[in-house]
Amino acid sequence: MAENPLDGPWPWVVLAVGALVTYFWRALGVALSGRLNPQSPLFEWVACVAYALLAGLIARMIVLPLGSLAETPLPDRLAAAGLAFVVFFLTRRNLLLGVGSGFAVMVLATWGRHALGGG
Amino acid sequence: MPGFVIFASFLGFGALVRESGLSLAHGLFSTATGWALPGQIALVELYSVGAPLLAIALAVALTNARLLPMTVAVMPWLRGPGVPRWLYYLAAHWIAVTGWAQAMRVAPLLPAPQRLPYFLGFAMVLWPATLVGTALGFFVAGSLPLPLVLGLVFVNPIYFMLVFAADLRVRPRVYAMLLGAVAGPLFFLVWPDWGLMLTGFVAGTAGFLLGRAQERAPRWRGGGGRG
Repeated sequence: MAENPLDGPWPWVVLAVGALVTYFWRALGVALSGRLNPQSPLFEWVACVAYALLAGLIARMIVLPLGSLAETPLPDRLAAAGLAFVVFFLTRRNLLLGVGSGFAVMVLATWGRHALGGG
Repeated sequence: MPGFVIFASFLGFGALVRESGLSLAHGLFSTATGWALPGQIALVELYSVGAPLLAIALAVALTNARLLPMTVAVMPWLRGPGVPRWLYYLAAHWIAVTGWAQAMRVAPLLPAPQRLPYFLGFAMVLWPATLVGTALGFFVAGSLPLPLVLGLVFVNPIYFMLVFAADLRVRPRVYAMLLGAVAGPLFFLVWPDWGLMLTGFVAGTAGFLLGRAQERAPRWRGGGGRG
């Protein structure tokens, strides 16, 4: 995972390219505003691709996380995500309570396992 | 209240930055220049699996492509008399979900000359707050006990899972998300570098076609429509 050198220019190159491709859309939006219909099928397809990509990333981060989250058991992560979802919709889409409960489950589950495992 | 949630989500991003082996300066640079969290998270995640630059650039570009229609939609509401054109290009940098939603809601209620200043003022509160959130998340991830750090890192997927789940009124997008959620981990296992891109194109296009076909034929004939 951490085979890329932290001090080298590589992370900066990656970040700068990321910033450029991000700003590109904003600038293009200013240039084209008034000339493009944001409700056209092309934009709907672009939105679908972005949603699928994000959903894929989110699911992967929950199911197959990187870094130290990878050492937590999958049931803990699924329970945290599931409860966040349930609380979010029960509280009329309160983002703070939804995210907060997912956070709480993850913290308590990890703590509980550490305590039980006598670590 | 939305400000607090944004702050918490950038706190999670700061923790993710540290977990991914990047420095505080990298995290702050990403927040200051990218300022669209899903793309930032995609970038950091792909960076830590060692994906090639082209794969990272395309994934970030696709993740953030929604900024184009968002900007096209909001610009008419930000135009004011006598504003130089370059200022719109500068202001566009701060178009991201929260500021955009606020501008779409409030700007139409304001007199034209006040719209751009309102948007910039809103952004100039939010922007520093996200930088502070990133820095605090980074520091906290280095000093808190492990369970809390894991909780913070886990805020990243949870936050966006809920944000996007709340915004699913359009049927093609629902299919795209469901297919993407299934395809994402599978494609990642097969092809860590390009799996995310493939997920976007395959699941996104399938969801788009499926949703549109269904919208055109309201009497759905049932059967396996799982693409």
